[in-house]
Amino acid sequence: MPKQPSGRRKFLKAAGAASAALAFPYIRTSYAAGSLSVGFWDHWVPGANDALTKVCQDWAKREKVNIKIDYITTQGNKLQLVGTSEAQAKAGHDVLAFLAWDPLEKAKDLEPMDDVIRSLEKEYGKVVPAMEYLGKKNGHWIAVPSPTGTQVKPPCARLSLWKEAAGIDFQAMYPAGQKPTAEAENWTWDTLLKAAPKLQKVGHPIGLGLGQTTDSIDWVGALFHSFGADLVDAKGNILVKKNDAVRQVLEYMQQLVKYMPPDVFAWDDASNNKYLISGQGSMIMNPPSAWSVAKRDNPKVAEDCWTFSMPKGPKGRFSPYLPIILGTWKFSKNKSAAKSLLHELWQRQNVEKYDNASNGYDVPSFASMRDFKIWDEVSPPKGTVYHYPPRDDQTTWVSGAPAPANVANQMYVQSIMTKMIAKCTQGGESIPKTLDWAASEIEGYART
Amino acid sequence: MTAVLPRQRVAKRGGLRRLARRKSTVAFALASPLIILIAALVVYPAFYSLHLATLNKSMEHFVGAGNFEFLFKRDLFWMVVKQSCIFAISAVVFKAITGFVLAHFVHNIPTRKQRKWRGMLLIPWVIPPAMSTLAWFWLFDPSYSAFNWILNQFHIGNVDWLGEPNWARFSVILVNVWYGAPFFLIMYLAALKSVPEQLYEAAEIDGANWWQKIWYVTLPMMRNIISITVLFSLIVTFANFDIVRILTAGGPIDQTHIFATWAFKLGIEGNDIPLGASVSLFMFPILGLAAWFILKDISDRGQQA
Repeated sequence: MPKQPSGRRKFLKAAGAASAALAFPYIRTSYAAGSLSVGFWDHWVPGANDALTKVCQDWAKREKVNIKIDYITTQGNKLQLVGTSEAQAKAGHDVLAFLAWDPLEKAKDLEPMDDVIRSLEKEYGKVVPAMEYLGKKNGHWIAVPSPTGTQVKPPCARLSLWKEAAGIDFQAMYPAGQKPTAEAENWTWDTLLKAAPKLQKVGHPIGLGLGQTTDSIDWVGALFHSFGADLVDAKGNILVKKNDAVRQVLEYMQQLVKYMPPDVFAWDDASNNKYLISGQGSMIMNPPSAWSVAKRDNPKVAEDCWTFSMPKGPKGRFSPYLPIILGTWKFSKNKSAAKSLLHELWQRQNVEKYDNASNGYDVPSFASMRDFKIWDEVSPPKGTVYHYPPRDDQTTWVSGAPAPANVANQMYVQSIMTKMIAKCTQGGESIPKTLDWAASEIEGYART
Repeated sequence: MTAVLPRQRVAKRGGLRRLARRKSTVAFALASPLIILIAALVVYPAFYSLHLATLNKSMEHFVGAGNFEFLFKRDLFWMVVKQSCIFAISAVVFKAITGFVLAHFVHNIPTRKQRKWRGMLLIPWVIPPAMSTLAWFWLFDPSYSAFNWILNQFHIGNVDWLGEPNWARFSVILVNVWYGAPFFLIMYLAALKSVPEQLYEAAEIDGANWWQKIWYVTLPMMRNIISITVLFSLIVTFANFDIVRILTAGGPIDQTHIFATWAFKLGIEGNDIPLGASVSLFMFPILGLAAWFILKDISDRGQQA
């Protein structure tokens, strides 16, 4: 029997007793549900917005809400500008998409979402810890993860090049539709460092961005944490010079950059895609969008691509996670409808629709939803993105964590980690000088 | 009482007519829509950003000059000040030189063909800079630069146009010069056309060579227009955002950040609007000082004349 669509009444019932303490002062009858304006992130994948629109319109029809949807691009920071101007003007969308750190920075203007999350967690299990880090303030949820746009950035490699040059078969290590084999245990940062010169020798160096945009910042954040190289701890103590792992990760990168193209320091989020699609690169770290475009522009490269888990470091395997988050302003005029929509968006059958439309690009923030068929089916080669959603021994990780949000946000925005690498490699600075510089920079980030 | 009223009305009407007849009143009335527009779009935001600069990060408390004190202690801030000055001054100097040279070339072309050249040379200035800078970005592309392809044809290795700090600075200045030089060209061309031909003839009779004519006739005659264009361009270049943002976004390692791009990074991307406002306000005293010196020089020369 098909699952009944979740309605506003059903959601309110589910939230029930738990929400009684918080009370819903804004409940209206479904026949006077008013209008709702929504600002979603504009999806890269053509057609992905349509699936989301359809879900929203069906919900609006059922709930008798007059819904207006805007898709706002992140190009030129437009989404961030909209959020900032609405917070200043105290007017705007009832539901708005935010970039990772923005809800925490705008927490005082955001409606608590404990009831929505509690209800969803009852149905789908716990939200991933990385999202909890970004969506919770003072013990309360201030926003809800977005089912679209949330991504991880694992390695995407050329199977044939790795097999021939480095003797590593990722397809065997991470078989489609199955758990990683025991051999995957050996997929570590050391293995990557040993393979990198071999791939460079055959004219297909690995290309891991070290610029100042999210693709670079995200994978470098996961690298640092897998070495245990946290720059700031959860209490805000600056560990840059005290934590020996920071020195180790910089020494590691001093070796690795020798085997990458010299221009990686100037790469933006498009550069690594272009590098893979051109056929030159043997590995990048990116969501499957690069493979998706290769399917259109260079099918031979796409047929040779495989996405799989991050290399393991001394402290574990961490997947670079970058969520889009949905929030409702305190000054919204239709909070109850907004919460009902957010609940509806996360119904499993709906999330699967968005993922089917985006070819599996969107990673659900509920681990229980990472078993959709789309990741099995997508090809060529079949199952190429099966290991894209983090499962098994991988933990999703936000670059900058576990520092307090205000510091971590600045560390992320100022791309402190990629700059540290650039300083002690391309910049010719010594590691101690780089550490001094980073410690001084981070001191300034603690502004309140 | 009844006899007084018409007289008062006549007097009032007469007063209005006199008021309307005063040129300054009419001028003010005609300019008032513009004054209102400037007040709404320039004066209000300027004061609002002053207000923002006095708040703490969460914009809840008044901190006075606290944001500026914080900035003055940051090395990165002083690096941005230095880079903004290098960017603006070198770009304006090269724009002025290029514009001056081009203006002379165009001036010496027969009048019939001048229109075509003027049109062509103005193209960089009329294309929206965000669009033309994207084209430059592709020419400088880290991996697939068209310039590097040309260099490779002559067996010259790749240049890391946007990845190496000095080349990145060169690249952003080059694009700014390309974009802004036509403004100087058109202003200087207009100025050149207003220099009386008799002065050159007199100089020639006195035996002046090409260089002496430029130095003793052209430059003194164009001095005011040069000052004004330099001032105007300095203001616009200091406040530039799009070129640096698109080409390097301030990188590598912050080595191409200028005031506007860094203010955006702090204020919008970093959610610290007061600090971003403080950075952008720092341009004001620098430009104010430059404007004062340049305008004073023009005014002094005007009085001497």
